[in-house]
Amino acid sequence: MTSTRKAPKKRLPLRLLAVILISTALDAAMSFQVSRWAYGWLPVPASTAAPYVDDLFSLEVGIGAFVFIGCVGFIIWSLLFSRAEKYDESDGLPIEGNTKLEITWTVIPFVIVMALAFYSIQVNEKLASLGPKQKYDVALNQSPDAVATLDARRDIGPIEVISRQWSWEFVYPDGVRSSELHLPLNQRANFLLISKDVLHSFYIPAFRLKQDIIPGSVISYSITPTREGRFRLRDAMFSGAYFSNNQTDVIVESEEAYDSWLTQTAKRPLVQGLSPGTPLYEKRLKDGDRGWATVPPAPPPMVNDPGNPEAPHDA
Amino acid sequence: MTTTKYDPRVLKAPHPVPGAPDNWKRFFSFNTDAKVIGIQYIGLSLFFLLVGGLLAMVMRGELITPPADLVDPSVYNGLYTMHGTVMLFLFLFPVLNGFNNLLIPTMIGAPDMAFPKLNAAAFWLVPVFAVVLLSSFFIPGGPASSGWWSYPPVSIQNPLGHLINGEFLWILAVAISGVSSIMGAINFVTTIIRMRAPGMGFFKMPVFVWTAWAAQTLQLIGLPALTGGAIMLLFDLSFGTSFFRPEGGGDPVLYQHFFWFYSHPAVYVMVLPVFGIFSEVITVYSRKPLFGYKFVALASFIITFLGLIVWVHHMFYTGTPQWMRNLVMITTMLIAVPTGVKVFAWLGTLWGAKIRLTTPMLFVLGGLVNFIFGGITGVMLGTVPIDIHVGNTYFVVAHFHYIIFNTIGFGIFAGIYHWFPKFTGRMYYEGLGKIHFTLTFIGATLNWLPLHWAGLYGMPRRVASYDPEFALWNVIASIGAFMLGVASIPFILNIVSSWARGAKAPANPWRAIGLEWLLPSPPPAENFEDDIPTVISEPYGYGLGKPLVEDEEFYVRRSMEA
Repeated sequence: MTSTRKAPKKRLPLRLLAVILISTALDAAMSFQVSRWAYGWLPVPASTAAPYVDDLFSLEVGIGAFVFIGCVGFIIWSLLFSRAEKYDESDGLPIEGNTKLEITWTVIPFVIVMALAFYSIQVNEKLASLGPKQKYDVALNQSPDAVATLDARRDIGPIEVISRQWSWEFVYPDGVRSSELHLPLNQRANFLLISKDVLHSFYIPAFRLKQDIIPGSVISYSITPTREGRFRLRDAMFSGAYFSNNQTDVIVESEEAYDSWLTQTAKRPLVQGLSPGTPLYEKRLKDGDRGWATVPPAPPPMVNDPGNPEAPHDA
Repeated sequence: MTTTKYDPRVLKAPHPVPGAPDNWKRFFSFNTDAKVIGIQYIGLSLFFLLVGGLLAMVMRGELITPPADLVDPSVYNGLYTMHGTVMLFLFLFPVLNGFNNLLIPTMIGAPDMAFPKLNAAAFWLVPVFAVVLLSSFFIPGGPASSGWWSYPPVSIQNPLGHLINGEFLWILAVAISGVSSIMGAINFVTTIIRMRAPGMGFFKMPVFVWTAWAAQTLQLIGLPALTGGAIMLLFDLSFGTSFFRPEGGGDPVLYQHFFWFYSHPAVYVMVLPVFGIFSEVITVYSRKPLFGYKFVALASFIITFLGLIVWVHHMFYTGTPQWMRNLVMITTMLIAVPTGVKVFAWLGTLWGAKIRLTTPMLFVLGGLVNFIFGGITGVMLGTVPIDIHVGNTYFVVAHFHYIIFNTIGFGIFAGIYHWFPKFTGRMYYEGLGKIHFTLTFIGATLNWLPLHWAGLYGMPRRVASYDPEFALWNVIASIGAFMLGVASIPFILNIVSSWARGAKAPANPWRAIGLEWLLPSPPPAENFEDDIPTVISEPYGYGLGKPLVEDEEFYVRRSMEA
């Protein structure tokens, strides 16, 4: 695509044809290599959805690299061979256009982006079957239970994910409350995403999962983790002063470890959970409340497992 | 071919400042001359580029280390909000309106804008809302701090409970800016449709005029939605209504539709005229006709049309239904087709060219490389599954800065250098210009290229602090940002000293083809006055040996004698 452009209308000289073929092959080889690297630019894939997203990303990086290297290569080539000498005041070739070529470079990108779009729609459908999401308006009086039954294929859950300014709280069906999200490996977990105040976003980079949480709505969302480890859960929708501290961890563990965590934790008393904004806000008040206006943090949630924010995470 | 009939003498009004165009005081007056207004816009907006840049450098200072240690997080939030708002509403829109004012009348051979007084009023609203916006730094509670999107409910929390708060002033400023832009848009569109020189049919207009027209059409369609949304937000904030408050039955997501219905097309409002500048500059310094001029011209309006139906791609993860996401993914990806047409046309123009690497050409080629890169990441962001991972991360920040600074900013610098001799009557210093380009290109690349990887790895945007694994990318980005700050020094030095004591510019220093280059430098108050040339050729006839206008020798001679 990037190289047919270079061709004059008639009688392609053999040397030019060779140059075009060789440079296209080189471009393709480099782009293929870049598309392989692209997998390394993402966190470890840790959910059933992640490989689909990563493959699509790698494909787009490959196509993008081909276009970029082709275009920039052409610009560099022009700068090397089409520069005017210092006192050369002459004009370039008076070519006003080439309708066939222009139609070609309209149709080829059109076909490529449409193919990409339809491939992406298929990935979308696949992701929707792996982790459907449904939004429910609380005002319509749909009970959270009614929401949860919609993902009939869940293995565990519904786990309520309650977001506040600035804390996360996870409530398991048997009433266990935690500041960190524990999930068993290879089990489809269903969440009910709830916000108590402003917009938040439930974002676990290793799962390639992001869903805004809308106050006034409950969103049912499912995901299946595929790799054991401790992954970062970040608030990705700006939520006020201590937004950037509104993070916690997702711990994916074997089914036995998960079950024993659940039974152990159920016996533990409620303590103050993780609320990263609270100590920062208290420090601010102690230092004379300088800075610009902010609402105070919501009271820390009372949980059975306050988690371990110091533990190193995998991704 | 359409020939527009009008009597240019109707526009003749007594000039308010005697001695123009030599009297510097006219730049500080309510002047109705589009060329004065153009320079007013550009001068004021460059001042705000420095303000927005300083805010950005404080932000990058904060982000050079993982914890929030330089400023309080609440201050950081205010800084990034004001950085975005200043850069968009006080730098980018005004500077492009400056180009519109300078270039539209001169390029189409009109003596002035269709509504000169409305034009001046639109400009003078800019300092008004600038004062409103910047005064919010000095009120209790500080400025608005919920980003330039200003999503409710966080934007309407109003922690101190005062009636006059940062958010209130922010909404007011945005609304006034909208009014100013609508006034400008009416003027530009009317001027382009009604006041072209004899013989200048639509397919004889320079591409800059096409793109300005396409962009200003978007302003007229989109701005009412934003202004309406802003007024509802103001009512929710100050008067207790519940348009967007969930506890009163409102829907916070509704605001996002109002906001993005305008604010996504707003990007095209900014980038389209820059495509125009690219087309003007590349042809002059390649000494070639624009490859496929008609395709490039028409592609502008295809972008306008598609630009109006892509806004939901900002909302792929807010709970929009699947069919809507799939539909908007298709329209978003389709934008790659008309923009691809333009990119390939510029590349085609370089084929067999006689390239001269002057400062404007360097900025355009640098901007073109950046735009190809930013366009590719744009297609990625338009892909729903990928956007669900990288949306609201630094990947987005990196992508849109590649468009908004590395493309639009570069185009603006190219335009300033290219038309500097025409409108100031002085030549700029090529050496300083090249230093400016080199520093800007390296600084911008260091600043935004690494942030793509930070975002891919999961660093959310708008954070005052971040996990230590993102530190390296952020250190490189901060160094790049400070380098961009340094890059402004040769630019300011060049502009100020060239205007004060640069060599006198001839009428057509670049041997360019276009009506504006048939005028003296600087052009007289009413451009061609009564003697408007009749256009007989398409623009960009380099190497074709055809005159642009009837009796071209006469106009060339006249421009040199002045």
